[in-house]
Amino acid sequence: MPTVSMTVNGKAVASDVEGRTLLVDFLRENLRLTGTHVGCDTLQCGACVVHVNGDSVKACSMLALSAEGAEITTIEGIANPDGSLSVLQRAFQDHHGLQCGFCTPGMVMSAADLLKRNANPSEREVREWLEGNLCRCTGYHNIVKAILAAAAEMRGEKIAAE
Amino acid sequence: MPRDEAVASGGIGKAVKRREDVRFLTGKGTYTDDMNRPDQTYCVFLRSNVAHGQITRVDTAAASAMPGVVRIFTGEDIAAAGLGGVPCGWEITSSNGEKMKEPAHPILAQGKVRHVGDPIAAVVAESREAAKDAAEAIGLEIEEMGAVVNMTTAIQGHGAPVHDEAEDNLCYDWDLGDKDATDAAFANATHVTTLEFVNNRMIPNAMEPRAAIGEYDAARDQHTLYTTSQNPHVIRLLMGAFVLNIPEHKLRVMAPDVGGGFGSKIFHYAEEAFVTWASKEIGRPIKWTAERSESFVTDAHGRDHVTKAELAMDSEGKFLALRADTLANMGAYLSTFAPCVPTWLHGTLLAGQYAHPAVHCRVRAVFTNTVPVDAYRGAGRPEATYLLERLINKAAQEIGLDQVEIRRRNFIRPDQFPYDTPVALQYDTGNYLATLARALEMADYAGFNARKAESAARGKLRGIGLSCYIEACGIAPSSLVGALGARAGLYEAASVRVNPTGSVSVFTGSHSHGQGHETTFAQVVADRLGIPYESIEIVHGDTDRVPFGMGTYGSRSLAVGGTAIVNAVDKVIAKGKKIAAHLMEASEADVVFEDGQYKVAGTDKAKAFGEVSLAAYVPHQYPIEDIEPGLEETAFYDPKNFTFPAGSYLCEVEVDPDTGKIEVLGFWAADDFGNVVNPMIVEGQVHGGLVQGLGQAFIENCVYDENGQLPSGSYMDYAMPRAGDFPSFEVDTCVTACTHNPLGVKGCGEAGAIGAPPALVNAVVDALSAYGVDHIDMPLSPQKVWATIQAAKPAMAAE
Repeated sequence: MPTVSMTVNGKAVASDVEGRTLLVDFLRENLRLTGTHVGCDTLQCGACVVHVNGDSVKACSMLALSAEGAEITTIEGIANPDGSLSVLQRAFQDHHGLQCGFCTPGMVMSAADLLKRNANPSEREVREWLEGNLCRCTGYHNIVKAILAAAAEMRGEKIAAE
Repeated sequence: MPRDEAVASGGIGKAVKRREDVRFLTGKGTYTDDMNRPDQTYCVFLRSNVAHGQITRVDTAAASAMPGVVRIFTGEDIAAAGLGGVPCGWEITSSNGEKMKEPAHPILAQGKVRHVGDPIAAVVAESREAAKDAAEAIGLEIEEMGAVVNMTTAIQGHGAPVHDEAEDNLCYDWDLGDKDATDAAFANATHVTTLEFVNNRMIPNAMEPRAAIGEYDAARDQHTLYTTSQNPHVIRLLMGAFVLNIPEHKLRVMAPDVGGGFGSKIFHYAEEAFVTWASKEIGRPIKWTAERSESFVTDAHGRDHVTKAELAMDSEGKFLALRADTLANMGAYLSTFAPCVPTWLHGTLLAGQYAHPAVHCRVRAVFTNTVPVDAYRGAGRPEATYLLERLINKAAQEIGLDQVEIRRRNFIRPDQFPYDTPVALQYDTGNYLATLARALEMADYAGFNARKAESAARGKLRGIGLSCYIEACGIAPSSLVGALGARAGLYEAASVRVNPTGSVSVFTGSHSHGQGHETTFAQVVADRLGIPYESIEIVHGDTDRVPFGMGTYGSRSLAVGGTAIVNAVDKVIAKGKKIAAHLMEASEADVVFEDGQYKVAGTDKAKAFGEVSLAAYVPHQYPIEDIEPGLEETAFYDPKNFTFPAGSYLCEVEVDPDTGKIEVLGFWAADDFGNVVNPMIVEGQVHGGLVQGLGQAFIENCVYDENGQLPSGSYMDYAMPRAGDFPSFEVDTCVTACTHNPLGVKGCGEAGAIGAPPALVNAVVDALSAYGVDHIDMPLSPQKVWATIQAAKPAMAAE
């Protein structure tokens, strides 16, 4: 069985994996980072989005071995260094951008990538960016609101939570 | 803490941020598949890839010898063990007095397969991959029989029936209402509007696929099942008593964090029974997690009605009677609550918000070679609302009345409550004119014609659609549902444990899988006790910890589960008064509880809630002769009636006549949920329901082909609503408090999914009315809309 090594949430990790092991299964089963979820088997739902070398990637769409040497960030690794919620995470809570929580890690990781690329997205741009993330609970309304509010706060503007 | 401060920190009416969010936002949620048990094995099911057939060979020899395989089970093992089938929890009696047909639903197929996805064998192995490899290596031969798919032909009894005991594939033929009065009203009507339509089949698609881990502790003879359930006690009861013959004290069912349900996780499923049983057989824990493609062919589907509806009116557009005849798909087996969905959750809602003198409804339930169909967000009530609200708009169109005006003329007026409908319900309260007025105001209904003209100038067709729904929630009075065929009571239970230093642990039979009970219920308790929200913990989802409860569905958690909590809190307060009276050397009759303090009326004597709690657990100065120590109370609450949330929804669309593409421009929802505990959470529930409802009307569709194959069996083929499909919504609430529960609440979980589909379809039909279009079946795909326009054009040209 080949060995794969990578950096996950700032920590170097190495493990033997089967060649067919997906990155998402490596994270969940080998590293027990179960915040990254599996909601489908056709690369559609986006519950497994993580960052690979800074870009959002569906972790079910690549093999663990393909991530050799990569820098991976998962939902477990994006809070502030002191453990408090990041601006984006807090915006999801403030604006009720989650209900059952299952799609949430993928939504947050996907949105974080959007805000890195576009500090001032329009509502339409947020909605289109989330095309690859399915949510069945929120109707997206408050997810979009949370992301726009986080963007504003990160730009130094303040939007009051209702 | 003074009551005002307690309320400020998290009492009723506050948009308190959800406490459960932190774990979900940091990846620390614990969903069933996130758990692994020591020495765990993995299970994969071999499922039928044909819809109907006789199994002629299942050869597991080669597969069993593959690396990592622990054991392979087939239907023979299940039969040899004498296990029961998956039971049905509701019995419907046909109009002729016969009981419904209730065929066996085996855990693993016994000879025949009856839908694509029917489980045939279960492979247990050291890893999921090894189990999958072995499942593929099982030699399987099935002699195909013709599939029964179409309900209309199914009841004609051609070909091999789904079950031998139902030759015409009929499960039951049920009716409700006064047929003679209805027929007489139709005979005297000035105008009769008729609508034939399909309520399209839905696949629930909670984002977390179902999963189950079975574990057996031989030393203690104790079974544990971790499962993705909305109601762990119901699973324990059904599975223990009817399938596996395990007494309840030897069976613990836990539903930890659950990633959405929408009805699909109410039901008892074969997989959870299998892993519970087989974990004892092999002496190791067994975990099964559905792949999404497996969810599509095993989670109970929703809706799937074919209906003819008729509305009789007088010359003023007043309703005289309603008649409905529905074929309802049951699928291949009866899922847990399936029989009651098109009957008692559908026929009873056909009066809607209107003063119909007479209603008659007939429902025939049909077996087909498809996945079982059961409750899906709204469950019967969306079908009833769609029937009525589409029919009314068609009637308005036919007699030339505005869609608002025809409803106003027929609404039950506020002074008519309590109102007895002709279909067995008594609405306790409501104000339909108020929600309608609020929706019209939010949507600027009066300004619609100007907006329509603006669209027309751009070559676009604009339409606005109204839908006024009612639902029966807070399910349900046990004696009533028992008379209607339920094989269970539908009360709820709660225990309130005041800890010695005054914090409170609440154990509820309701289950949260997105609804935010951990927050909302704590708000209710904080408000009632006048203590800080932060000192209250809500515990749910574990049959070993919470009292016997019926779980969460039918928007019942706050109305029924919340009331159980309130009643238990009130028992705590009552006992606390006795203790406080002793401590303050006062008469119990003089002690009042307010602002978190026991006070002697008319004096400045007071004892804080925490002081009395401590005294109950350190009973040194205590009326020990009269009162037991401790402060913990349990209440079971059986509701007196259903609750009746209602509202008015408006949807505005623009249709491109060249392409048939629809754009939803706005959606306005005015709901009456009774009192609101957490407005932020209520709005979130509405948003989510709206997109599920709009999804059904707009893009979602479960499609079976004539062979019973499921082409819409993945997210590439089943159109899930995405963030870009709809705009943001405007939602608001009007309040008439429920009259028969102490919180005055009605429930909000299903409203959006109930009210949205007819609003969207009414809007599109309104947009196309210039073409003479008076109906299009859901979903309103661009192709279907375009074809409808093309078909209408020649007729228009000829005029």
